[in-house]
Amino acid sequence: MSTPVLELREVHRIHGAGPTAVHALRGVSLTVHAGELVGVMGPSGSGKSTLLNLAGGLDSPTEGEVLVGGTSLSGMSRKALAALRRRAVGYVFQDLNLLPSLTAVENVALPLELDGMRVRRARRAAVAALAEVGLADVADRFPDELSGGQQQRVAIARALIGERRLVLADEPTGALDTATGEAVLRLLRARVDAGAAGVLVTHEARHAAWADRVVFLRDGRIVDTSGPLAQPEDLLEQAR
Amino acid sequence: MSIRYGLLALLQTGPRSGYQLRAAFEASTGATWPLNIGQVYTTLARLERDGLVHALPEEEGGQRPYEITQAGQEEVARWFTTPVTRSDRPRDELVIKLALALTTPGVDIHAVVQAQRTATMRALQEYTRLKAGEARDGDVSWRLVIDAMIFQAEAEVRWLDHCEASLARYRPRPSGTPAAAGRPARDAAPEYQEVEPR
Repeated sequence: MSTPVLELREVHRIHGAGPTAVHALRGVSLTVHAGELVGVMGPSGSGKSTLLNLAGGLDSPTEGEVLVGGTSLSGMSRKALAALRRRAVGYVFQDLNLLPSLTAVENVALPLELDGMRVRRARRAAVAALAEVGLADVADRFPDELSGGQQQRVAIARALIGERRLVLADEPTGALDTATGEAVLRLLRARVDAGAAGVLVTHEARHAAWADRVVFLRDGRIVDTSGPLAQPEDLLEQAR
Repeated sequence: MSIRYGLLALLQTGPRSGYQLRAAFEASTGATWPLNIGQVYTTLARLERDGLVHALPEEEGGQRPYEITQAGQEEVARWFTTPVTRSDRPRDELVIKLALALTTPGVDIHAVVQAQRTATMRALQEYTRLKAGEARDGDVSWRLVIDAMIFQAEAEVRWLDHCEASLARYRPRPSGTPAAAGRPARDAAPEYQEVEPR
């Protein structure tokens, strides 16, 4: 099997120390391959956001290992980690995804420009990325001239621009009405089907249902996995 | 509800035979509610007895079309304008199962909740896959039906989440004996039953 795009191996994360320490994740293992969308469900405080932050290299595990594209993040320099975040990982949050002073196409081109790509080339790639999400005609608009659904689609285009193959989405449909939210998930699904890997954190079952697998987090542990595409390691996990 | 209103509504567009009615019914519900032809004919016979439809002469193929009567049209109109009352729906086996799981010795209600949630989540994924894969944009009836199944499954998952939160401090003993107050021993407890404040 090909190298997973994302792999968490027995990851623990403890915030703080001593009697007030919070054990946010307790031995979580998760593998996401290209073409796979994994839903993460759980109540507040179950460790969903911690999991996403670790997967994107925004936080480091207290114990265990996180690998992106087969490369372990532990021991990486701050600079190397920043470069990896720019090149390999895209985020879609609930809101405030876009910089308000930049147009849609400038927002999408930003990670490429930050990574040293020439402005004109980055712009061209961004226009193509916007066309792929059906937004070519609003490329020159500013975020406040776009609807909530359009803004999320721009964010998805940016999350997967360039070499990026991993999109981490945290309640990406949070503020949208059901029909617009569905269009955003449909797009995320289509981008994953086209070869990206995705992690979708949500507390809504209807949204998680767009994933190939859904893992249930409770108190920092994966308690169950639902989905016809269960991987052998998940079965081992459940048998433990 | 019975299928009687479904058949009456379909007859509003013109006379149809039993076989045609079955096909039209299944098409408009996306085949999520299969009917057997016997049910269709039994229902048509009752509708005819009640004066809501009447049979037309047999056609060449041996099929007998049915036509809706004035009384039948009024019945359909009444059905569409009257909201469905919740008590008309069948009792929910899952609700009964959970209520009994709480009082039956030796049953781990947390495991029942989790197993059901995983199964319902899987069904929800399958419905969503059906919907994602559909190319039948014009088929609004079918979309309504699949959305109904999606929202109902979602509601069930939410309700199960709520049950789990409510039961977070409930811990049955495998033997069914009540737990000794303040008892600290907790070895080999299932992981999601972590309830003590940290």
